[in-house]
Amino acid sequence: MSTPEPKERGADWHPEPTGSPEPNGRLKAPRRLKASTALHAEETKLRTIAGTYWLLAAAIALTVAVGAAVAAATRCPAGPACPVDTVKLSLTGVQLGQAVIAILATAAICGEYSTGMIRVTLTATPRRSAVLAAKATALTALVLPAGTIAIAGSVLAGRVILPGHGFTAARGYPPLSPADGPLLRAAAGSVLYLALIALLSLGVATTIRDSAAAIGAVLGLLYLPPVIAAVLASNPKVQQEINRWAPTNAGLTIQDTTNLHGLAISPWAGLGVLAIWAAAALLAGGLMFRLRDG
Amino acid sequence: MTIGTTERQRAGERAGHTGFARVLHAEWTKFRTVRGWMIGMIVAALVTVMLGLLASLATHSFCTPVPGEGCPGLLTGPGGEPVDDSYYFVYQPLTGNGSITIRVTSMTGLITYPQAHPNAIVSGVEPWAKAGILIEPSTRQGTAYAAVMVTGSHGVRMQYNYTHDQAGLPGSVSAASPRWLRLTRAGDTLTGYQSADSTHWAQISAVELPGLPLTVQAGLFVTSPSDVFIPPGVFAGFTAHLTRATAVFDHVSLQGKAPGGPWIREDVGHVPGGPPLGQGGFAESGGRLTVSGSGDIAPSLMHGRPIEDTLRGTFAGLIVVIVVGAMFVTAEYRRGLIRSTLAASPRRGRVMLAKAIVIGSVSFAAGVAGAAAAIPLGEHLLRANGVHLYPASALSELRVIAGTGALFAVTAILALSIGAAARRSAAAVAAVIAAIVLPYLLAVSNVMPLSAAQWLLRFTPAAGLAIQQTLPEYPQLNAAYAPGNGFYPLPPWAGFAVLCGYAALALILATFLLRRKDA
Repeated sequence: MSTPEPKERGADWHPEPTGSPEPNGRLKAPRRLKASTALHAEETKLRTIAGTYWLLAAAIALTVAVGAAVAAATRCPAGPACPVDTVKLSLTGVQLGQAVIAILATAAICGEYSTGMIRVTLTATPRRSAVLAAKATALTALVLPAGTIAIAGSVLAGRVILPGHGFTAARGYPPLSPADGPLLRAAAGSVLYLALIALLSLGVATTIRDSAAAIGAVLGLLYLPPVIAAVLASNPKVQQEINRWAPTNAGLTIQDTTNLHGLAISPWAGLGVLAIWAAAALLAGGLMFRLRDG
Repeated sequence: MTIGTTERQRAGERAGHTGFARVLHAEWTKFRTVRGWMIGMIVAALVTVMLGLLASLATHSFCTPVPGEGCPGLLTGPGGEPVDDSYYFVYQPLTGNGSITIRVTSMTGLITYPQAHPNAIVSGVEPWAKAGILIEPSTRQGTAYAAVMVTGSHGVRMQYNYTHDQAGLPGSVSAASPRWLRLTRAGDTLTGYQSADSTHWAQISAVELPGLPLTVQAGLFVTSPSDVFIPPGVFAGFTAHLTRATAVFDHVSLQGKAPGGPWIREDVGHVPGGPPLGQGGFAESGGRLTVSGSGDIAPSLMHGRPIEDTLRGTFAGLIVVIVVGAMFVTAEYRRGLIRSTLAASPRRGRVMLAKAIVIGSVSFAAGVAGAAAAIPLGEHLLRANGVHLYPASALSELRVIAGTGALFAVTAILALSIGAAARRSAAAVAAVIAAIVLPYLLAVSNVMPLSAAQWLLRFTPAAGLAIQQTLPEYPQLNAAYAPGNGFYPLPPWAGFAVLCGYAALALILATFLLRRKDA
């Protein structure tokens, strides 16, 4: 099965006539052109796969819908104070939206394996790392705007729904506003969170290659630690360690705007932990991509 | 060619009654021969056990266990379940058969820091405050007992041995509407009676307390449990505040062999120096006995863990089963094998059914194996950590083990059906995982109010996890019956039926689509 020639040739092998002079007489830098070609190819693939836009639309709709539903279910009863982080509450939908983003990221690589497209891709761009980097870039370029819409929609839904449920300015809950620093951090951080989830999923999917197994591994990684942490109330030490190091537990601290000193990890450091997970997954994916045949 | 003809004839003969068996056999062969799927099922059982063991290892007792003794202060009742047993008791030793009759004319109380007035101590009677007659072998906490009582707002009750509760006359007690109560002892049988006017008596219940000694302690008791409040609207947290009840008894008559003399008083379960409001009291004037008390005589849900705590790896196992279940059909689409499958058995409904039976059976086996290993091993680890386990009957343990298998089976069929309908494994796997794991996660992690959390576990496929609940719920006990504390809103089989409903709908949809669409 193993045919090492294309990979070995990859370093200096240019199937496209990149060395031809430009009208101004200068040579184009072959390496840069290759990277941008690969990126363009990945963007085109991702844009034209049936389902990409449906998935992005579903991610937006589900994120906003879950956030709005949770906000609608929550009330601040008259009388005592209600210790609710209204920002985090409005952004609850990210918990479901991330699953859709993970499908998208998985499809971006596993779809190529199931159709055999990967052989074409690797013939055109023999450098595995370039392919993966282009995929990661193209994916991020799609997820960031979609995530922005989803998060903006969730905040807007919270702003519309919450004041009618007892969360009024008079009781210390001014309407959610982008001028509010912590809200801005939580919202921007949530967009980054979704992008990092996409990269984490891409890395895992590149490592595993089979889409069903990959999505199972990703969602297990995202959902199991919070479930375990939630039921380990008797052991705050282990609970704290899970909250500090698991990708979702740590990453979603970026949404906390109240009781920050009670967090297992500070919001940006939490997002950093998720970034480390994503980087590690991409690295593992990249290594497996290089070591394996196609 | 002759061979071909006979083969075809034979096939035709068999097709009538063994056609389905052949489809089933074909599907089983497909499953069996894909190594990844068989390994997947073994992994599903293993991760259920491993994650369950890790979680059990990390579960600590809320108390500091004393080596060899377990939790100090942990009381267990005659059935081995943790109990609360604190009350103010005014009693006489009663030798042999006898009875006590009393009239209760008033019940008042104090509630500290109730939800409506978080900074005040207000007067009011806790709904499950109890005042009445108690007969027990001794005043040792956790002993067997039987009692008839009036309650704050649940009428007359007869209760015994902590977990048993029988309702009598409704309505609360007042000077205008007093209640007469009688508790008689005859051998091991204790019988409770009630009356509104002392002439018309009705039996509430007769209970057996086997091995009751000749001399028992018989008298009047008052107790009042903590006011447990789950705020509506916000997170499913809860608060519990001290309460105290005071009851006035008169027409007290003790029949039988008793020493007479003054009543013996004991504030059972209370140490001097506790909160003053938790201390009971007693006053007697002209045949009227006024007794105050705080605490409860009831099962406790705060001091132990149920056996399903050993099955926290279930979700990991379910995720693996979902992956294999979806792949079992999506792989056929990807490789084009589905066309051969449907050419071999053109009746497409049968193909779906055969696939469902095969994946369901294999997943059932994986779930049963995982649970059967995780429960005894986890129990051992939990006990070693000083965690008191609620006693579960062999039948409910069997239900949890078989139920975990059934949970795996139905979840796999759901994943198979969604996979067949969507024909895309990633979307199918993600949809089923999100439908089962995410509602549970949101329900237990205090991000939404109790009503919303319960709604999620009633109407989403996550309701099926109720099949694992052995943690008992007592109507006569104030407790935070919230998903985060292990209480599902639906009874085990009803919750499981919800999951089955989703799987059945998905299977019908998948069969319909398989028939309508080209493969």
